[in-house]
Amino acid sequence: MPPIRTYHDLTDADRSALPEQIGAQRRRVAERLTGVGRVIAVMSGKGGVGKSYVTAHLARALARSGTAIGVLDADLNGPTIPRLLQVVHAPRTTHADGVEPAIGADGVKCISMAMLLEDGAPLAFKGPSAESFVWRGAMEAAALRELLGDVTWGALDTLLLDLPPGMQRYVELCDILGAPPAVLTVTIPTAESGDAVRRAMRAAAERGSKLVGIVENMTGQGFEGTAGDDLAREFAVPVLARIPWHPTPDIWSALGARL
Amino acid sequence: MKFLCVDCDKQMAFEERQLPGDGTLAATFKCPTCGRVVAMLTNPMETQLVSSLGVEIGGRTVPAQPLETVRKMVATGREDAFDEGGEPRGHAAGGNGAPSWSAEAQERLARVPNFVRGMVKRIYADYAKERGIVEITPAVMDTARAELGLEGM
Repeated sequence: MPPIRTYHDLTDADRSALPEQIGAQRRRVAERLTGVGRVIAVMSGKGGVGKSYVTAHLARALARSGTAIGVLDADLNGPTIPRLLQVVHAPRTTHADGVEPAIGADGVKCISMAMLLEDGAPLAFKGPSAESFVWRGAMEAAALRELLGDVTWGALDTLLLDLPPGMQRYVELCDILGAPPAVLTVTIPTAESGDAVRRAMRAAAERGSKLVGIVENMTGQGFEGTAGDDLAREFAVPVLARIPWHPTPDIWSALGARL
Repeated sequence: MKFLCVDCDKQMAFEERQLPGDGTLAATFKCPTCGRVVAMLTNPMETQLVSSLGVEIGGRTVPAQPLETVRKMVATGREDAFDEGGEPRGHAAGGNGAPSWSAEAQERLARVPNFVRGMVKRIYADYAKERGIVEITPAVMDTARAELGLEGM
């Protein structure tokens, strides 16, 4: 038998046009975000450091200062942004062109899986349960893509993306956006948090993200350490804010002004 | 993926897609030279992986709908998650050039989970409108399902 031609040797037009379908998905996201001035991913390699809390209060401070701001809750499995932004549930108005975001406290636009799921229900997908790990990640990436590209964000100065712990959602985001987003990192003062956040920051830097700065959360009591300063020095980025356990509004305003 | 007719050394062309309803997918491909047809059969996990990418074997038959993958694939969606704004509320009413829905078609539509119903309704309505169909009946829905490849809806 002669050598069989390879995939790339076959160049006839393909009715499935799968690469073109993927390309159309990417274009839909890019077109949707043309009115968005900047996209900032709020991330940390560590869970429980207050990413969502920081995201929500930063968004509110920016909104109060006159900035058009949106928040996409990219923590699909543990969404908390609606509660933090005091969003009262109402059906999301849907048009042929897209789904309208909710309006939270201080006029922050937001979307979250929490708005779409039954109260208290986990994010579960239809499909075969066996070896679901094979497709679940791709399904969540598709959901993230649709929350970016199918929500009628309109004109925004800043869209904050509240990422879950770990790096998976960040990597998906880079692929969906076609370019790495700017990253705002949240840590608590402890060395343990610093270890995890360091890995995340390094991964983001290696991917090409601009590291805009660090927020050190839960400072002042309870947690000992200098993770914020250590990471700032290592990555040559500023500590934009140190958030105590009971922050005053001016702390959030100052963070917004420095972002 | 692509299919090659080894005897003819020709790329085979997509012919037809079928979703039997058991989670599997069948797609047929035909050699443009010798006419040989082969079927690709995917198991439920493979079919799911394709769905999770938001792409359709054989190409899209209807424009992408807002939150399409979420609405089709999330099993725990809340009943009142969406409000189909800008569309006639009454199923039977056919305002603004929109087709009306027969009582039987309304009954069938009502059996679709609310989380995805608005999207399904829009697809059927667009199908009817594009073809000048003034009333959507179960027969129209069956035809649309077959033509548009909406077996999963």
